[in-house]
Amino acid sequence: MTSYVLRRAAGAVLVLFVLSVVVYAVFYAVPGDPAKLACGPRCNPAQIAQVRDQLQLDDPLYTRYWHFLQGLFAGHDYSTGTGVLHCNAPCFGLSYQNDQQVTELISQRLPVTASLGFGAMVLWLVLGIGTGLLSALRRGGTTERVLTWFTLAGTATPVFIIGLLLLMVFCAQLQWLPFPSYVPLTESPEQWAWNMLLPWIALALIEAAKYARLTRSSVLETLADDHIRTFRAYGVSERAIVGRHALRGALPPVIALSALDLGSIFGSAMLTETLFGLPGLGQLMVHAVRDIDLPVVVGVVLVTGAAVVIANIIADLLYAATDRRVTLT
Amino acid sequence: MSDQRSIRPLVEVAELSVGFPVVGGSALSPAGGARESGDGPDAPPAPGHAGAARAGTAGRGLVRAVDRLSFTLEAGNALGIVGESGSGKSTAAFALLGLHRGTGAQVTGAVRVGGSDVLTASDAELRRIRGGVAAMVFQDPLSSLDPYLAIGDQITEVYRVHHRSASRRAARARAVEVLDRVGIPDAARRSRARPHEFSGGMRQRALIAMALSCEPQLLVADEPTTALDVTVQAQILGLLAELRAETGMGLILVTHDLGVAASNVDELLVMREGRAVERGPVRTVLSAPREPYTRTLLAAVPRVDARRANGANGANGVSRASGANEVGRPDGPDGPDGLDRPDGVRKLHGVRDAGVVVGSGEPAGGKPLLEAVGLRREFGKRGPRVVAVDDVSLTLHSGETLGIVGESGSGKTTLGRMIVRLLEPSGGELRYQGREIGRLRERQLRPFRSELQMVFQDPVSSLNPRRSIGESIADPLRAAGVLPAPRIVARVRELLERVGLEPDWYHRYPHEFSGGQRQRVGIARALAPEPRLIVCDEPVSALDVTTQAHIVRLLGELQRELGLALVFIAHDLAVVRQVSDRVAVMRDGRIVEEGETDAVYDDPQHPYTRALLAAVPLLGGAEAAA
Amino acid sequence: MSTEVLAAAQAGVPAPASGARQVWWRLRARRAAAVAGAGLGLLLLLALAAPLLSVLIGQDPNAYHDDLIDSARGGVPTGSYGGISGEHWLGVEPGTGRDLFIRLVYGARVSLLVAIGATVLQVLIGVSIGIAAGLGNRLLDGLLGHLSDVFIALPTLAFAIALTAVVPGDFPRPLLLILVIALLGWGGTARIVRAQTLSLKKLDFVAAARLGGSGPFRVARRELLPSLAAPVITYVAILLPTNIVAEAGLSFLGVGIRPPTASWGQMLSSATTWFRADPAYVLLPAGLLFLTVLAFTVLGDALRTALDPREASRLGVGRERTRRTRRTRTSRKGDPA
Repeated sequence: MTSYVLRRAAGAVLVLFVLSVVVYAVFYAVPGDPAKLACGPRCNPAQIAQVRDQLQLDDPLYTRYWHFLQGLFAGHDYSTGTGVLHCNAPCFGLSYQNDQQVTELISQRLPVTASLGFGAMVLWLVLGIGTGLLSALRRGGTTERVLTWFTLAGTATPVFIIGLLLLMVFCAQLQWLPFPSYVPLTESPEQWAWNMLLPWIALALIEAAKYARLTRSSVLETLADDHIRTFRAYGVSERAIVGRHALRGALPPVIALSALDLGSIFGSAMLTETLFGLPGLGQLMVHAVRDIDLPVVVGVVLVTGAAVVIANIIADLLYAATDRRVTLT
Repeated sequence: MSDQRSIRPLVEVAELSVGFPVVGGSALSPAGGARESGDGPDAPPAPGHAGAARAGTAGRGLVRAVDRLSFTLEAGNALGIVGESGSGKSTAAFALLGLHRGTGAQVTGAVRVGGSDVLTASDAELRRIRGGVAAMVFQDPLSSLDPYLAIGDQITEVYRVHHRSASRRAARARAVEVLDRVGIPDAARRSRARPHEFSGGMRQRALIAMALSCEPQLLVADEPTTALDVTVQAQILGLLAELRAETGMGLILVTHDLGVAASNVDELLVMREGRAVERGPVRTVLSAPREPYTRTLLAAVPRVDARRANGANGANGVSRASGANEVGRPDGPDGPDGLDRPDGVRKLHGVRDAGVVVGSGEPAGGKPLLEAVGLRREFGKRGPRVVAVDDVSLTLHSGETLGIVGESGSGKTTLGRMIVRLLEPSGGELRYQGREIGRLRERQLRPFRSELQMVFQDPVSSLNPRRSIGESIADPLRAAGVLPAPRIVARVRELLERVGLEPDWYHRYPHEFSGGQRQRVGIARALAPEPRLIVCDEPVSALDVTTQAHIVRLLGELQRELGLALVFIAHDLAVVRQVSDRVAVMRDGRIVEEGETDAVYDDPQHPYTRALLAAVPLLGGAEAAA
Repeated sequence: MSTEVLAAAQAGVPAPASGARQVWWRLRARRAAAVAGAGLGLLLLLALAAPLLSVLIGQDPNAYHDDLIDSARGGVPTGSYGGISGEHWLGVEPGTGRDLFIRLVYGARVSLLVAIGATVLQVLIGVSIGIAAGLGNRLLDGLLGHLSDVFIALPTLAFAIALTAVVPGDFPRPLLLILVIALLGWGGTARIVRAQTLSLKKLDFVAAARLGGSGPFRVARRELLPSLAAPVITYVAILLPTNIVAEAGLSFLGVGIRPPTASWGQMLSSATTWFRADPAYVLLPAGLLFLTVLAFTVLGDALRTALDPREASRLGVGRERTRRTRRTRTSRKGDPA
């Protein structure tokens, strides 16, 4: 078990290393002068040259990558002309836009995306597993048909459509809810939840559809297993069979998938965040791309990549922990 | 339990019929799996279709698995229900517990167990009967237990269904008690283990313990030992007999194995295609069967205690009962095909001059065809390596059959795959016609590929479902690229005919064939490149006993005609005895005993061989029929 | 395992070699699938015929109609329901007055082109890499496996936005989107194909082919590819709608198709500022996108069922159905049958 985790961690580090090389190479080798981008539109050639020097842009790419890695692990000092700006490890560099530390920008935005992800996950698990179980038990009836179409519609709807419709109905027409704006949890838990409600629902509705389908097929598959027949043959009631045996067998893949999805939320929340104007990682990314703010782009991609990789490992561990038949080797 | 006996019999089954609706071309049944045909309604008429083999279609869209079956069982007695696949024996057993309820199956007739009418009982009443009156033991003990829960908890749960007043603690104590009773060592601790931590035999014991905990009057055992090794089988059967003597419960033992039934039941019911063929006291049925089908069945059973008939191929050990067709396919290609076709022989191996000595069972002196010295194979990359085959040496001559027997995990399959070089030996030498081939690389092996062929166990996975059988057989010929296309087709047709199939079935797909027919296709494919040696890995273990006899006979004929060297790998000691000139007994990767077949069987030297032979259930007084 | 189960397995295990014709029949038998297929066919036809249609109804997708919008109210179309008229069947775009119907049709063109192109490319890459990994030695398998893992670990959307942003503006956008979506999204296909290849490789018929003298390429072509068709087609049915949404999402974020080329995502994006004044403008592209993705999903579901009717019957009907053909080592080996 321990050796498995260690090996997976080593593998994850390797994947992240390759990812960082690819990301760095792709984004810093692009046409266009990073110095010009960093300096801003009103810079004169002398200033640009200064920035170029400051960012050591004349060094070959691999040297710069080496400095980038050094910054990540040991921090980095930037001379600002008047003094020295120390960027603590892990240092992804400074934003071209406002010379803020990328690490700082990311850590400011992280709670927003995390709020969005965790809240939505709770909602989609409850909704998804509930619907899936219900439609598995009411096979062949109207309930199942309705639920099937409901989940189909859910899987077929992009989040920006659901979000737009929710905004139109609840904020513009009915005016039941405010147009979401992020309020930190620490400031006012009530306002936080109230404002996050629509984004949560939008994200959860779509994910719930996926989970409903998975739960349904998983429960049905378990119900077809031989051991279910054994308990039927010993007079165990249908309710106990579903609750105790079928659901138990059906849950491992559901739990593992939710870990994966939570990981990927960090990389894919930009649609939801853009739509609802939430200042999370996704919005940071979209803005950084619009402004070609390369250090921010690289930083966000790496952080979200790390989230996915870690989620992958957690998913596998959860799967093994919930499904005793699996041994990790 | 004797005080509970009523005057009525424990089990009364009258005119029981079970039909399964055909859904989209496939009939579904809860008994031991689906009887699905896997093709749509517009599939071409299948040659001996597996699904059609079971029974006639009664009415539109209904496959009748059990057809007007009647029998009774007195309390405390034991009844064996025997039959081949598709005979409906498991379906009938399932009906005793009303397990078809809610599946869409049509059940008619009457089933009374312990005085209650199973078919009309309320759900609550039925739940009381299930386990409380009649408890069931299933065939695959691994999948029949919940993989997520501790064994003790599962027994506790079942116990509390029938003893509602029992406290959780009392139920647990009872679970440990019954586990201890069925011979689980250290039952208190082991009751907390999950099924995958148990061995196959232990799991079956646990399942029996579950039944025992409910104190039923009747135990229904559906192929309880089929998934187990022969020595474990003997232990489980012994346990069942003990428990019956102790509790006085009745037993219905469903099995395909006449030997298992012979020594464990009082009465025998032979089923075929959903109907009862013959019923009577077990001795009478086995020694003086009235019905021709029973005779056929008995004749097809290979005997471990009978010598292989002298001076010829393996077919002779298996009686050539007339009309011993594969069940349910009387018009199929598996009809009497014992006709020798001397003229076809040379044609089959027309390209190469058969310069080998055509053996008559005796090693033909001279150089061995294949020689293995200290062969070894390990698995596993890191951590502790598993040695599957350890220091195995053997020789094989043309025209000779070497039998390899062993229980699961003995390494016999690994050895077989090394011989044909599907696996690379980790150590030792493997010489074919004096040339070392053990360490050749894939490309260097090409010239030898046609010489060494294999017939596989599983008739399902050994044929590509998406290619016609003709193309599968033609594949080695096409890969070799020697013969022109029309010649290849002609040769494949020849081969099909030789193995007893219609040449015109060239374009049919594997799912249209029965298990025995598929095995014939597999043999034709192995013959196609004109090999000198064929390794048969459990070639008949997935087949019914009558089909088994046909395939064994076919292999024997082909060997005689073509002077093939055969390696016959099987766990079934009886089959091996009937086909082999020499036999090697494997255990834990090593050959513990090797010698002339009769010498080994009649006078085993190694204690393990003796234990194996002692564990084989004998048909007993059946010699009269054979 | 009893002989009965084996007999059942014999009949059931290999997916029926029924051929395209039976799949087609089974598909047609499902009403929802037939409707979805017909709808998608119509959409494809419209998309293909967009330039012709534009000429026929006399509407240019990029022609502004200042007379049709009310600049006093910020550019909302004059007339009810977004300015629907005999000339403009679905009304006009707020702010510009461009004809909505023809823009939606052109949007479909882009959407389908990108989605289909990306899917084809994804499958080509994924299948080749998956088979190579599955059949290759441990080194190759490890290498390709890790490569797929890296690509699956990529935060795809983030990466896609970043890529589309840094590529020069004169690079054709639909092609760029196809490349970005495909190059980032082949990992899943590769993983599935590799797993399938590995499990197929263990089957005896592949061993038999090796004994028959087939090399790895022959085995891949003749034994594996036919059996891979069904899972790959099933996966394609999942990929297509995903890719449609991906294109719309990227355009929604402003990094996909650029104006003035029409695309659904971009229309939705600009609709976010109009949904209070002109709800029709939101509902049209949203509804069309929803219906298209729904149709692909329904069709994909039906296709999966048609390709594997056993699976469907197992999950679909009745209670205590069929047994899973999960076989254990013990039960398989010790099978005297």
